[in-house]
Amino acid sequence: MNTPASTTEPLVRVRFTVNGTPHELDVPARRLLSDALRHDLRLTGTHVGCEHGVCGACTVLVDGRPVRSCLAFAVTLEGAAITTVEGCCTADGSMGPVQQAFQDCHALQCGFCTPGFVTTITAYLDDVADPSAEEAREAISGNLCRCTGYQNIVAAVQRAAELKRGETP
Amino acid sequence: MTTKLFGQRIKRSEDPRLLTGNGRYLDDLGHDAFEVAFVRSPHAHARITGIDVSDALDVDGLVAIYTYDDLLSDEASRMAEPLPLLIPHPTLTHGRTQHALAREEVNYVGEAIVMVVAANRYLAEDVASRIVVDYEFLPAVVGIEAAREAEHLVHPDVPGNVAATMVQQTGDAEAAIDAAPHRLELDLAVERSASMPMEGKGVLARWDDDDKSLLVHTSTQTSTSVRQAVAAKLSLPVDRVEVVTPDVGGGFGVKIVHPWPEEVLVPWAAVRLGHPVKWTEDRREHFISAAHERGQLHHVRVGYDDDGVLLGLSVTFWHDHGAYIPYGLIVPIITSTQLLGPYKPGAYRVEFQSLYTNTVIVTPYRGAGRPQGCFVMERTMDAIAEDLGLDRMVVRERNFIQPDEMPYDQGLIFQDGRQLLYDSGDFPATLDKLRKLVGWDDFEAIREQARAEGRTVGIGMACYVEGTGVGPYEGGHIRIETDGSVVVSTGLTSQGQGHQTMLAQIVADELGVPFDRIKVTTGDTRRFKYAVGTFASRTAVMSGSAVALTARKVREKALRIAAQALEASAEDLEIVDGIIGVKGTVPTKTSQIDLGAVAVLSNPLRYAFDEAAQRATQFAAPADPDRPPVDAGDAPGLEGSDFYSPTRSTFANGMHAVIVETDPQTADIKILRYCVVHDCGTVINPMIVEGQIHGGVAQGVGGALYERMEYAPDGQLLNASFMDFLMPYASEVPTIEIDHLETPSPLNPLGVKGAGEAGVIPGSAAIASAIEDAEGISIRRMPISPSELYHLRLEQQAAEEQPE
Repeated sequence: MNTPASTTEPLVRVRFTVNGTPHELDVPARRLLSDALRHDLRLTGTHVGCEHGVCGACTVLVDGRPVRSCLAFAVTLEGAAITTVEGCCTADGSMGPVQQAFQDCHALQCGFCTPGFVTTITAYLDDVADPSAEEAREAISGNLCRCTGYQNIVAAVQRAAELKRGETP
Repeated sequence: MTTKLFGQRIKRSEDPRLLTGNGRYLDDLGHDAFEVAFVRSPHAHARITGIDVSDALDVDGLVAIYTYDDLLSDEASRMAEPLPLLIPHPTLTHGRTQHALAREEVNYVGEAIVMVVAANRYLAEDVASRIVVDYEFLPAVVGIEAAREAEHLVHPDVPGNVAATMVQQTGDAEAAIDAAPHRLELDLAVERSASMPMEGKGVLARWDDDDKSLLVHTSTQTSTSVRQAVAAKLSLPVDRVEVVTPDVGGGFGVKIVHPWPEEVLVPWAAVRLGHPVKWTEDRREHFISAAHERGQLHHVRVGYDDDGVLLGLSVTFWHDHGAYIPYGLIVPIITSTQLLGPYKPGAYRVEFQSLYTNTVIVTPYRGAGRPQGCFVMERTMDAIAEDLGLDRMVVRERNFIQPDEMPYDQGLIFQDGRQLLYDSGDFPATLDKLRKLVGWDDFEAIREQARAEGRTVGIGMACYVEGTGVGPYEGGHIRIETDGSVVVSTGLTSQGQGHQTMLAQIVADELGVPFDRIKVTTGDTRRFKYAVGTFASRTAVMSGSAVALTARKVREKALRIAAQALEASAEDLEIVDGIIGVKGTVPTKTSQIDLGAVAVLSNPLRYAFDEAAQRATQFAAPADPDRPPVDAGDAPGLEGSDFYSPTRSTFANGMHAVIVETDPQTADIKILRYCVVHDCGTVINPMIVEGQIHGGVAQGVGGALYERMEYAPDGQLLNASFMDFLMPYASEVPTIEIDHLETPSPLNPLGVKGAGEAGVIPGSAAIASAIEDAEGISIRRMPISPSELYHLRLEQQAAEEQPE
């Protein structure tokens, strides 16, 4: 397994699963979860937009709940089940309902903030099956997007809920 | 018949990759590269008196530390020279640009002084934090007023802090204003904001010492120009340098500037170290060392008749371009020309000064000077309406250029050095659509109803004209592979505008091939070497047209080869779903040929390496033994290239209307409705265009109500984080209602005009208009916060209570 290129920094062993796959990493205690995912595990779908927990681009699910991976040290995730945007696909690797809804509704442009929205909405729809437009807007109002003006993301939340419920007009 | 894709809401081909975590943004690449951190100036204006690295040398993982002296000692390169002044202008008499690493003096907080290369970013920052720089402080010049007063100078050899003074005029505006029956003067201000893409900048460079070649990936809006710049700086032959733009997480203008210091330093270090080197900008770096825009003060004098028709307009403004001016005068030139909008100004004079301050540099941010110009003109229109007691739409209508006056020459020189000549547009029709969409004529009833409920609402509007698709040119290359798939490339880059989808739609129609058989590459100099870049809403116009012209050329070649194979006349052939056959006949096996087979025939072969190739070998195909396999003037391969270079820009336009509610106690400003009517000529993909409008409007709302760069008088940027620089979340952006009008551009083969920037342009103007309407208070500065509105109310109250 790749570890950060450092020779003397003390390393700490941490075990967690990412998208169902178990991983055992030896990382410096200060290594952020976002860097461990992106650079050690090379799951670069998780993006880092602000490094201070405000934009939400780095959001991953930890035991099903949205967490800002730029604010968490990897070593604190011992035993956790982590889901990244790569894990929001269907079993055959094609787009999951939230991802499909984003394409259907043109809810992404540059795509940089998108992984954080996909994970956040995935968790949200586990709790709320049929959100109104207003509820959908509220659900995404902790994530920044500089491209879309959010309107199509709101639509995508509702479209994803439809797809998840098996309603495919 | 294949369905025409031009004009269809085709879902984006980019999306599945980006949505499943398979995008490739800059920091997703080069995991094994050394990483870079910079020591940046914490002071806005200072002389560097010493750099001490001794405490940093024993950090494990350190690879190299570079200062300006190292650039200077590399005499084979031009790294020690200042970075280029990209767009010179005769009036830019005092252009100054920065060095890649500061030489002796720093002029803004964030200016790079030392470059650290280490095994990873953590360690590079460890090293950087141990480097001590000593400074001798100099007084900082912050804000336009301070720059104008010029008590202190940013650069000692730039008198008055003035880089340039430019005047343009048509007629004698001052005389016309003096002679007018009505006159007004207004002072109008717009504060600094920034593009602020979600992905910052970043550079990865790999040097192949065997091949003596450099491969650079950079998050840019112009890979071809970065290539030229890097080659020039490093004194490498251009053909040894290739630049690739990977997926880019937003640009909005800031990434059109090049070469950034990091864009030359990272490749330079990669060559010296013989190892890949990467720098990924963090958010704070982006705030303090990328670029801002918008900061301008304006003074307007206007004269008009009893009907509100403009007789003369004179605008003087001051543009804060920051510590250096690498991008020249583009932003203020755009303000000074595009503020005219859809109107005939009568006699017009505009003068601006571009001023140095000890702050981050200024480069175009979506709209690029137009939001300020629009704010100036539209505030003026509202002031005239108020003065004469006329409806705001009526005043605008009376000043419109009429459709039968197109093309209309404003008599000025635009940002591309060409005439400011509007090619087309129907402004009365656009206004009429807006009037209906927002229900302008019914608003008084809404106002009354709100008032009865104890609520305050207001309506506002603003119009803009946007010169789009500036030259000089873009090109395209198309190759049809032997499997019938189509490979398209264009040199300009993409930052999320759906260029791959949009260009594939054009090619699908022109060539008659299915959309999913087309693969588009942008911004990769290995594939296409001649391009300008992605800015000024130019991709659909420039690369769209270039790719259409290229497709027509390749189609002609395909039909010519197919005509020989089918023993038919090329004029009788058509391409449907990638198959060439005779028009209007039922296809049989011998009367049709697929494009893949034509591609095989286009390239006569000696050697077969697969089944398709066999058909093109010398003993396989019947050929005329008296002609060369490749005719004179022809070339092997079913491919072609072409360029589009317009005489001048094409002009899009649009009008926005906003309804706001202001809280009587808290002065909170809420947008109730936001309506957009826009005309970007023919529309290639309405879904993408609407997405561009949504995003533009969101940035317009941000610029009007939330976003500003808060510089302290000493030049510290106080809000350099997403906690403090308030970009709108979903909770701040209204639902946007859109209506389209299409007046095709006569200037290009597709009739298109640019659509990328438009949404942001009238935001501040329209929202200010609505707040003014709600409150009865003149709004002269944007953005406006609740607390500023509250204080305006207090000022108004105090003024009313004061005896005359």
